[in-house]
Amino acid sequence: MKIAISTSGTDLQAPLDQRFGRCAHFLLYDDDSGDFTLVENSQNLNAAQGAGIQAAKTVADSGAQAVISGHCGPKAFKVLDAAGIAVYPCQAASVAEALDLFKGGKLTAAANADVEGHWV
Amino acid sequence: MSSLTIAIASGKGGTGKTTLATTLAQVLSDKRAVSLLDCDVEEPNAHIFLKPVIERRETVEVPVPQVDEQLCNGCGQCDEICQFNAIVTVSGTAMVFEQLCHSCGGCVRVCPQQAISERQKNIGQIEYGHSAAIQVVTGTLTIGEAMAPPLIRAVKDNAAAADITIVDCPPGTSCPMITAVHGCDFAVLVTEPTPFGLHDLRLAVDTLRQLEIPFGVVINRADSGDERVCAYCRTEKIPLLAQIPHSRAVAAAYSRGDSILDAMPQLRDTLGALPEEITRLTRSSQ
Repeated sequence: MKIAISTSGTDLQAPLDQRFGRCAHFLLYDDDSGDFTLVENSQNLNAAQGAGIQAAKTVADSGAQAVISGHCGPKAFKVLDAAGIAVYPCQAASVAEALDLFKGGKLTAAANADVEGHWV
Repeated sequence: MSSLTIAIASGKGGTGKTTLATTLAQVLSDKRAVSLLDCDVEEPNAHIFLKPVIERRETVEVPVPQVDEQLCNGCGQCDEICQFNAIVTVSGTAMVFEQLCHSCGGCVRVCPQQAISERQKNIGQIEYGHSAAIQVVTGTLTIGEAMAPPLIRAVKDNAAAADITIVDCPPGTSCPMITAVHGCDFAVLVTEPTPFGLHDLRLAVDTLRQLEIPFGVVINRADSGDERVCAYCRTEKIPLLAQIPHSRAVAAAYSRGDSILDAMPQLRDTLGALPEEITRLTRSSQ
């Protein structure tokens, strides 16, 4: 299964980005092989609105089945939910730490968005 | 004189736009037909001071897309054309986020399946009334709606013609403010002599210059801060139309929702002279 983790960096030691919609990349981790690829999200950094929606579509198109991020707002959650992707809010410092928590069953899938939506 | 549309705007909120707009309407309506359009639709408040008798209400709607999931094949062309991320295709079907939609109709036109139609969505209401001789038109955005510009346009388009139309604008320099000042003959920028007042005045000045709308500045609570706003106006050759002194009596009248003219009667002369000054400045800018 593939897991998309929001990050400002490019490797497993990079910080987990608390923002889902406006993170620089998603690190797409394959937990069968242990390999990862990077999915660009910087096109959303300056979006006037709807960054979360587009980030969710990007994640859905990447084939990920789970997302680990700091927070997820209502519009992004709705798109991820429609795509059948589970959202795991996480406060880990790094991507590697987040993956360890995930693999250890320490993260709980969110039933709803965990933060309010915003406009701009 | 011919008709004149004056926008009362500001960069910074809370500088006294509505105070100036409603007081100006009261002063000018002695001799002329005056309309006051409250275009600060996210938080209209001119009615608190003018207390109009409402004669008529109407709702304002905008078209938003709706998707027939039976016809949608998830091709994503709607998603591609939408510049506002208001429609997205995921898991083989298009999903609409109405609050982000700018009602351009692009998705409806590009859909090869004819799966998208439009429905009307209520975004707010307009109230028409009178306060003595002043026609008062108030737009109120429905709570939770984000699209102020279509409602602001409706307020401006639907108001009856008058000798003087005063447009009470939303603060800031984003789409709602631009929609409100658009098409006005002149803008009065209300500011206060503080660092925040000056900072946001500069933004509003830059905006109006790009829009090529002539403007002047009114400094409210004039002796409460420093000289930097005056110095800025001198350097930039911006006409300083009036300075309203800081006054406890005005603040007290304002807090009760009363006209400030009783607390500061000299404003009658200052504001009464504005239309002629504005007409002169408008002509000289052409």
